[in-house]
Amino acid sequence: MLNFLGKRLLATLPVLLVVAIAVFMIIRLTPGDPAAIIGGDSATTEDLNRIRMQLGLTEPLWTQFAIWARGVITGDFGFSYFLNKPVSTLILQRMEPTLCLAAGTLLMAVLISLPLGTLSAWRMGGWLDRIVMGFSVTGFSVPVFVIGYILIYVFALELRWFPVQGYSRIADGIGPWAIKLLLPCLTLAVTYVALLSRVTRAAVSEALTEDYIRTARAKGVTEWTVLGHHALRNAAVPVVTVIGMSAAMLMGGVVVTETVFAIPGLGQLTVDAVLSRDFPVLQGVVLFFALVYVLLNLLVDLSYLILDPRIRY
Amino acid sequence: MKKTMLRTLISAGVMAMAGLAASPAIAQADAQSTLRIVPTTNITVLDPIWTTAYASRNFGYMVYDTLFGTDAEGNIKPQMVDTWTVSDDRKTWTFKLRAGLEFSDGTPVTGEDVVSSIKRWASRDSFGGLMAKSVDAYEAPDANTFVIKLNEPFGMVLEALGKPSSNVLFIMPKRLADTPGDTQLKEVVGSGPYLFNADEFRPGERVVFVKNPKYKPRSDQPSGTAGAKNVYTNRVEWVIIRDPQTAMNALLNGEVDIYEQPAFDQYPTLKANADIQLAEAVIAGSQFMLRFNFLQPPFDNEKVRRAAMLALGQDAILRTQVGSPELSKYCKSLFPCGTPYESQNTGDYTGIANPQKAKALLAEAGYKGEPVVLLRPTDNPTIGKLPLVAKQQLEQAGFKVDMQAMDWQSLVSRRARKDAPKAGGWSAFMTSWSASDILNPLTMAPMNATGEKGWFGWLEDAKLEEIKRKFAMAQTPEEKKKFAEEAQLRAVEVVSHVPVGQYSQPVAMRKNISGLLPSGAQIYWNIKKQ
Repeated sequence: MLNFLGKRLLATLPVLLVVAIAVFMIIRLTPGDPAAIIGGDSATTEDLNRIRMQLGLTEPLWTQFAIWARGVITGDFGFSYFLNKPVSTLILQRMEPTLCLAAGTLLMAVLISLPLGTLSAWRMGGWLDRIVMGFSVTGFSVPVFVIGYILIYVFALELRWFPVQGYSRIADGIGPWAIKLLLPCLTLAVTYVALLSRVTRAAVSEALTEDYIRTARAKGVTEWTVLGHHALRNAAVPVVTVIGMSAAMLMGGVVVTETVFAIPGLGQLTVDAVLSRDFPVLQGVVLFFALVYVLLNLLVDLSYLILDPRIRY
Repeated sequence: MKKTMLRTLISAGVMAMAGLAASPAIAQADAQSTLRIVPTTNITVLDPIWTTAYASRNFGYMVYDTLFGTDAEGNIKPQMVDTWTVSDDRKTWTFKLRAGLEFSDGTPVTGEDVVSSIKRWASRDSFGGLMAKSVDAYEAPDANTFVIKLNEPFGMVLEALGKPSSNVLFIMPKRLADTPGDTQLKEVVGSGPYLFNADEFRPGERVVFVKNPKYKPRSDQPSGTAGAKNVYTNRVEWVIIRDPQTAMNALLNGEVDIYEQPAFDQYPTLKANADIQLAEAVIAGSQFMLRFNFLQPPFDNEKVRRAAMLALGQDAILRTQVGSPELSKYCKSLFPCGTPYESQNTGDYTGIANPQKAKALLAEAGYKGEPVVLLRPTDNPTIGKLPLVAKQQLEQAGFKVDMQAMDWQSLVSRRARKDAPKAGGWSAFMTSWSASDILNPLTMAPMNATGEKGWFGWLEDAKLEEIKRKFAMAQTPEEKKKFAEEAQLRAVEVVSHVPVGQYSQPVAMRKNISGLLPSGAQIYWNIKKQ
């Protein structure tokens, strides 16, 4: 297993290199000039040339890449053109809200969807199954921002139970942190509950047709044990795969929710960097996301070893 | 074991609930001394001399003080300056600073600080640069005095020193002001009404200011950026919210006190809410305009530009972009209506679309049907619809229009390109200017007629530049008014740009907020929160 782990970690290096080159080139080929944004509306051509020179944008593209790549290898992701801070500091500052949002959503989604999916597989075709499947289709079809605005209208503006926007750091108290995070997590969770409950239902319903379930029932094992211990455990591999993929998607997919709830996370940082053409920040964030994707995939692969003893690497 | 776990869980739950329950009370106490504002844009640069960005200018007003201010009527009034004299030949200006002025680091404000600040500002600001051409020397004979010695009488010294919008002459300590203008400052030390709290600054999230205990306000009545800058709230937070809907919801829910610039379509909702009030914060509002590329066909031809000018009508443009008649205003003057140099003497520009006349002129100009590449910023709700109407109006006059959609940042980089429209250049773009930036011929960027070194579009016209020089040298208000009008007529003659209507975007505030001062920028002293 250690051999497998070492190989997989080594394999991330070429992936990250390809991502780094691709991102660097795509960003530079996209129209937009950070100098024009920094200079403001009254800036003249002379001003723009001066700013470009200060930012090193007049250097040949490969020189710019070499300078950046050399920095990344030594742990220096560069300096934001606009925010006057190192990229690594900005990523660290924005990591907490995004991680909390993603983890909270996933936790909420797993806690709701696993029982729902399992029960609807157990009573396939029944009223609960029809409700769950109906919710699945609806939850997956409605855009996240619509769900967000509806929840804000009901729970923030009408009932006044939650704030409309913002994020409170854990260090400032668990109460404010939880209160501000609940609506955004719920907004995102709707989609993931829809996805996970569908996948769980399919996996559990397949498991319920297996011989070992019939054997267990014949032995007089209770239905809860059949469902929880036998069916769900054996359906875990596809479910965990989707949870892993969802976690990876969530890390990069929280942009809309962060915008709707004004949460200063990595998604917002990415959007800001795109809009302002803050090349160093964009490069740093995308590289960070790529690393997270690779590591989450690795974690999913490793979890198979625990969930299914037949799997060996 | 189980009991211990249960106890731990209960304790954690109680603590969490206590936290939840306590938070509204804490928030209430905190809210009374904190003013929370959603600014128009995110602030990226903290050096208001290095950039002309409005957010940086507004930041400057929070933490720095100015020598002169501009009151609500457009008059230049002393701010850090106490008294001043001018020699009979009008070449030597001597200024005395108010006694007891201090920077936030505890050092006194001296004439030397002022001289260094003027030099740095003049190296970046076009108006300041123009004045600097007439300056022989700056002197600081004693701690409380500074002197400007001119080689010829410059009639706009006070207007330059008290310029209300970017770049504003903010006074910094000499050790910072000696930084070259093209190098960004790394430290914020001012003598203004607030202190910038660097520890709490989270770029893209919030900017925090606290009351500057060393600040000494004037005793005059506050007006615009002039007069007393009294601070009634101990703390000001700029909360960066990008989504307009979220910003409005936050205001409606009382999470923020002021929403600086709501979208046009949000005003009916805000107006209907009993907890919200709307107030004009920017004097005379802003002006929409269309700018040509003078280097490339078809707008390198003056007659073609004039035909475009005749084709454009303000009424349809304002109705489409702004919607509400209360927020929009027809104004044919190039200097915004309601400002000192407004003039209705605009030659053949009426602001009313005349497609027949435009068509005839276009034929006379020998227009060969070259496509007009009109840039449209789709992500900018304040100006995004302007090109849609302009395209239709230009086509009615016989132009062939190729409207290209892009985000605003792509537009600002595209407009810097001088290539032919077919090769990635452009023919025209539309934008808006805050009235305070286009008050006179010297500050109005589209009237920069210095060619390729000038503003995007690169108009070159020696006659306009000469009129501007005369305006700068004029000594009396009457003379200045005369030359401003001459400059306007010349700008219409060469069709430097087309103003396509004026508009305002009032600030939305909770009803418990009072004291907002209309000015040329967004300023947040004098505000009380009940």
